[in-house]
Amino acid sequence: MQGSQDSEDEWAASGREGLGRPTRNEFGMEIKKGIAVSPGVSIGKSLMVDSEDYRIPRREIEPSQRVVEIQRIRNAFSGAIKELDALERGQDEATGGRIKDIFAVHLRFLRDRSLRRRITDMVHADSVTAEYAVSTVLRAVASHFETNVKDTYISERAADIYDIERRLLRRLLGTKREDILHLREEVIVVARQLSPTQTAGFNRDYVKGIASDAGGRTSHAAIMARSLGIPAVVALEDLTEVVRGGDQVIIDGNRGIVIVNPDEETLRQYEAYSREFVALEHKLDTIREKPATTRDGVRIRLLGNIEFPDEAPSVLEKGGEGVGLYRTEFLYLNRPTEPIEQEQYEAYAEVARVFKNKPVVIRTFDLGADKYTQAQRQTPEPNPFLGLRSIRFCLQNLTMFKTQLRAILRASVLGQIKIMFPLITSIQELMQAKMIVHDVMEDLDEEKIRYNRDIEIGAMIETPSAALTASTLARDADFFSIGTNDLTQYTLAVDRGNELVSPLYSAADPAVLRLIRMIIQDANKARIDVSVCGETASEPEYVMLLLGMGIRTLSLTPPMIPEIKQVIRSVTIEDCNHLTRTVLAMNSERQISSYLRTAARKILPEAF
Amino acid sequence: MEKLVRETTIEIKNAQGLHMRPAMQLVDLASRFDCEIAVNNGQTDADGKSIMQMSMLAATCGTRLYVRAEGPDAERALDALRELVEVQMFGEPPP
Repeated sequence: MQGSQDSEDEWAASGREGLGRPTRNEFGMEIKKGIAVSPGVSIGKSLMVDSEDYRIPRREIEPSQRVVEIQRIRNAFSGAIKELDALERGQDEATGGRIKDIFAVHLRFLRDRSLRRRITDMVHADSVTAEYAVSTVLRAVASHFETNVKDTYISERAADIYDIERRLLRRLLGTKREDILHLREEVIVVARQLSPTQTAGFNRDYVKGIASDAGGRTSHAAIMARSLGIPAVVALEDLTEVVRGGDQVIIDGNRGIVIVNPDEETLRQYEAYSREFVALEHKLDTIREKPATTRDGVRIRLLGNIEFPDEAPSVLEKGGEGVGLYRTEFLYLNRPTEPIEQEQYEAYAEVARVFKNKPVVIRTFDLGADKYTQAQRQTPEPNPFLGLRSIRFCLQNLTMFKTQLRAILRASVLGQIKIMFPLITSIQELMQAKMIVHDVMEDLDEEKIRYNRDIEIGAMIETPSAALTASTLARDADFFSIGTNDLTQYTLAVDRGNELVSPLYSAADPAVLRLIRMIIQDANKARIDVSVCGETASEPEYVMLLLGMGIRTLSLTPPMIPEIKQVIRSVTIEDCNHLTRTVLAMNSERQISSYLRTAARKILPEAF
Repeated sequence: MEKLVRETTIEIKNAQGLHMRPAMQLVDLASRFDCEIAVNNGQTDADGKSIMQMSMLAATCGTRLYVRAEGPDAERALDALRELVEVQMFGEPPP
């Protein structure tokens, strides 16, 4: 199932050559290679989804088609004008004067003949689509404000131009955007780039595969696809330029391959391969009832990572014994307003009820960086991953934080709920966050609302500073959970979503492994639970190493639980310890990953 | 119809310059006249009735705009524009 790993290796080995370069044969079939981020194979018709923030791909049209495109432009303008007229009229002069002015300015632009002429002239001269002309012309105007204008007050108006562009594009692409929310048939989503928000909105019943030009293995959209169980391939570079809406597309989320308009033979091969893959999954499902015990009798606890409450049953179906990471950001994504306490309570209660006395670790809001709240969206930070994100964001937005904690505490009487704070970087942060929990507890006491007074509170260890001070943090935490994704990113200073440097991103780097070992040793000394909830927990080649370093609890994406259990049931702790000693003596990432892969291949050959 | 041509220089005097809202006021006013109105900031020509072109001049406080009106009501148009830009300063404060 880890075809992804192979594709990454080939990618690294070949430099970037060959990656994403289309191969064309006489049947018009195109094979493109990217990075596999979510396993599985699907075959279906493509649906193009344009991201609001990305350039519309240039698509040329037949000259005879130009009148149609120009009519589409006219319709888009008149539709947008009607929309804005209504918005402007809806604003009260007294309270919404400024907003009214903004709408009024946008209306003037939409009625500006010289603007419209520039757009239609472009369609005439270059034979391009309406959306491409609209986007290109308005972006040229916006970039004039951004680059040529020294006065910041005026140059900031570029945002208005982008807004006008988006309004027109919504008109031009509107039906396609609607499609994604009201799907009636199965599709493969093809996009330049998908945001976690967009991905979270996909209907699993109809979205059967995802392919995007941009993205990396651990970008949040990829994690989202994996947790939804939708096969996905990313980093395909120019896929959106070779696929058209409705083309037949094969997504091979095991090997990181996307095939556009496959010929009959390829299609037959893939249909067979897809059946085999399903058969392997069934085979793994049969070990669901068996315990995750090593051959020498050491019991390992496997928990599931979930994103949405309705994924909870899938953890049990796959044989998970609880939830080790319940991400709660979904409450903020895909909606115009902030979630109220009752709504949050219900989301937590739903999962607690599914697991009853099995543990459910709720991670408090990990917002910021690439996941924004409604209010945050307006003010982008220059360096969001080093900025106001995660626990920092919560500690500066106490109303929001307390609302979440109240909802969690209220739900805590329904099961074995634990609280986990993400991105802790110092003992002060942990203490501060715990103090706020106690404040909320006092409020609940006063209101005579029941909650679990002994609720366990843990810290996610995902920064080098937390790893290095783990012995201190362990005194004030009931448990640790190691977030290997962010730990790797922050230790190696690699942006995991940036394809230009993502080959440098590897949890097998000696620096990362030494920090992980340190966290585990310090947790063991302090006699507190320590688990791994990052991506490495779901990668068979890391499992032996993590066990060898002393991990006894893994929390991972539910679809991978059977496979990881299979690995655990095939090894002895003694093997793992031996492997770990060898690996920790190695000094190069390349040497370590290849050693780990060889070892894992011996254990579970069919998965590689 | 009488072809009147009038030219003048108008200086932006409000602190924040010809940002979006003033540009809108200027274009709205210019559009009320029949004459053609061309505005130049010393580098670029703009149609006084186009908000896109006027806002792209990005005239800051102190910028002098050369305005040329051509048409029967050219005289009145320039007077009205001067009143808006230099006297009322778009209803905004000076620096």
